[in-house]
Amino acid sequence: MNAGSPTPAVPTLTAVDAPRSSSLKRRFSWNGAYEKCIRIVLLCCALVSVITTAAIVFVLLYESVLWFPGHTPFFGKVSLIEFLTASQWTPQFAGNQHFGIMPLICGTLLTTVTAGAIGLPMGLASAIYLSEYASPQARSVLKPSLELLAGIPTVVYGYIGLFFLTPMLIKPVLSGVFGLSVDGFNALSGGIVVGMMIMPMVASLSEDVLRAVPSSLREAGYALGATKYDVSAKIIVPSALSGIIASFLLALSRAIGETMAVAIACGARPQLTLNPLRQIQTMTSFIVNIMQGDTPVGSIEYQSLYAVALVLFLITLTMNYVSQWILRRYREAYQ
Amino acid sequence: MSTEQHHSPTPDSDRPPSVGQASQNEQRFPQPEVTPMPNAVSGSTGSLETRRSAGPSLPPPTLGAAANATPDAKRTTKIQTQDMGFFYGTHQALQKITLNIPERSVTALIGPSGCGKSTYLRSLNRMNDIIEGTRITGTVLLDGEDIYARDVDVVELRKRVGMVFQKSTPFPKSIFDNIAFGPRIAGVSSMATLTPLVERCLKQAALWNEVKDRLKDSALALSGGQQQRLCIARALATNPDVLLMDEPASALDPGSTARIEDLIDDLRKNYTIVIVTHNMQQAARVSELTAFFCMGRLVEVGRTKQLFTNPKEKETEDYITGRFG
Repeated sequence: MNAGSPTPAVPTLTAVDAPRSSSLKRRFSWNGAYEKCIRIVLLCCALVSVITTAAIVFVLLYESVLWFPGHTPFFGKVSLIEFLTASQWTPQFAGNQHFGIMPLICGTLLTTVTAGAIGLPMGLASAIYLSEYASPQARSVLKPSLELLAGIPTVVYGYIGLFFLTPMLIKPVLSGVFGLSVDGFNALSGGIVVGMMIMPMVASLSEDVLRAVPSSLREAGYALGATKYDVSAKIIVPSALSGIIASFLLALSRAIGETMAVAIACGARPQLTLNPLRQIQTMTSFIVNIMQGDTPVGSIEYQSLYAVALVLFLITLTMNYVSQWILRRYREAYQ
Repeated sequence: MSTEQHHSPTPDSDRPPSVGQASQNEQRFPQPEVTPMPNAVSGSTGSLETRRSAGPSLPPPTLGAAANATPDAKRTTKIQTQDMGFFYGTHQALQKITLNIPERSVTALIGPSGCGKSTYLRSLNRMNDIIEGTRITGTVLLDGEDIYARDVDVVELRKRVGMVFQKSTPFPKSIFDNIAFGPRIAGVSSMATLTPLVERCLKQAALWNEVKDRLKDSALALSGGQQQRLCIARALATNPDVLLMDEPASALDPGSTARIEDLIDDLRKNYTIVIVTHNMQQAARVSELTAFFCMGRLVEVGRTKQLFTNPKEKETEDYITGRFG
């Protein structure tokens, strides 16, 4: 090239003619086809979740509320009023069947409240420690161990509740010291292990929102003579409150849906009680139990399973939706 | 930390009354003798003699050999740094800073980005302690006390040395609760004390008229300039002696900037103000003393007028005439 020439010729750019097609019309090319295939494959994968959800919702509705010729749904055989108000749940007692979901909801409530009372405060406390207090070294030990806790199979938790918590902690303390009667299966043990299970979830979600609080707020707090506790409790946590509440709701909906641990630790006798030391049955453990028996497909007890699953689905769906909504609002507030 | 200074968190008995701040516990809240600005007498002989009586005659502000940069020989030194060095890990951000800041005046710190002026400012109330791996050498004296001495209560220090940041940082609380935050964490809870205190601080920060009818509203709803004045009011609520301002107006429009500058002009009568600014016109407008930092060194300090019109150092001249930086 004539780099030394005093007048660099600008038009040289157009001097090299790029190959041009004669028409602007789109023509077939393998590249284009390949691009389209990729797009379709990716779309199909994304659609799987939509189709699955739709199918599940359809099955739940089909067995519980949808009438078709030759098919009577659960609520065609049992009235909604009885379902929601009756105090007994005995679908498998032939001749003495009662379909009142209250005992199951009660059981779920017991384990969920116990789990929440244990898992939420502990999870939030760990989140505050991790985000505000912990040195990098402490974090590097604590974070992975929390994740490990979250990775333990739930069936293991169930057996810990049944074979460790109940006989070695709950019975000696509550029964031995306080003289209360404790069932071998009880809601308390299940609630405690589910609480341990949701704790890492709360910790990790809450820690994310706590760390998202701008550090300028921390500095402003310290500059006013605040201690670390003042800054954490009075500035950071209130600033991240909506995110924390959202993480609480997600964790609670996980606790409601938790199955194996409560099926093992809490037992399988639906009782309308608020005493956590009794054997109970949650909605989820009922669903598991009925699958183990020889329930004929299409029978009313088989269909009751879908009615319970529908209620469960509605509860967790609502909670997830509410927490998503809260999280969205939170994000808008801080951008 | 060469100077051994006695420090006690409750200095009533053992601090000599001449070193400013007679009794924190009695005077911190409320503070009846601080009347709003207009009547306060300017300069060193103000209406706050009870609070800050003439201290022992400290040496005038000096910079190494370039001595005699004091604007007012009678004015006592509030903050004194001697041979101060500062390290982020192994990186030395400040070296051999010797600077005396007189009380009840505005001192501007100017210099190119990364020259260490913010680091210097943040070391005056130990905000750098929050950052891991920082280290300071030399001494920083506030009213003659070494603030880096081992027995210094950092929380107490930061109540006496308030700070306003570049970005306004209202807490997601009501306007009232924002101002009351400092007093509340210091243990003041009675509304009979807090209500007049909040009003006084908002008036001092020239924000009262705009917000008096909506003290319960969220502070986040205020405009940028209002938020910054709110932060100044919040800093005043802990009743500090010193206000550190880190580019307080750099994110604001000209109108809000002018209001902040007016505010600084009012506050100088009662507070010692140290302001970092990138805006040299602003430094010239608001400050009595200007210190020029460059590459972690204090190049020159002097009366603002003298420094801007007749700088002693070539580097200063180059910077203020816009030849670099």
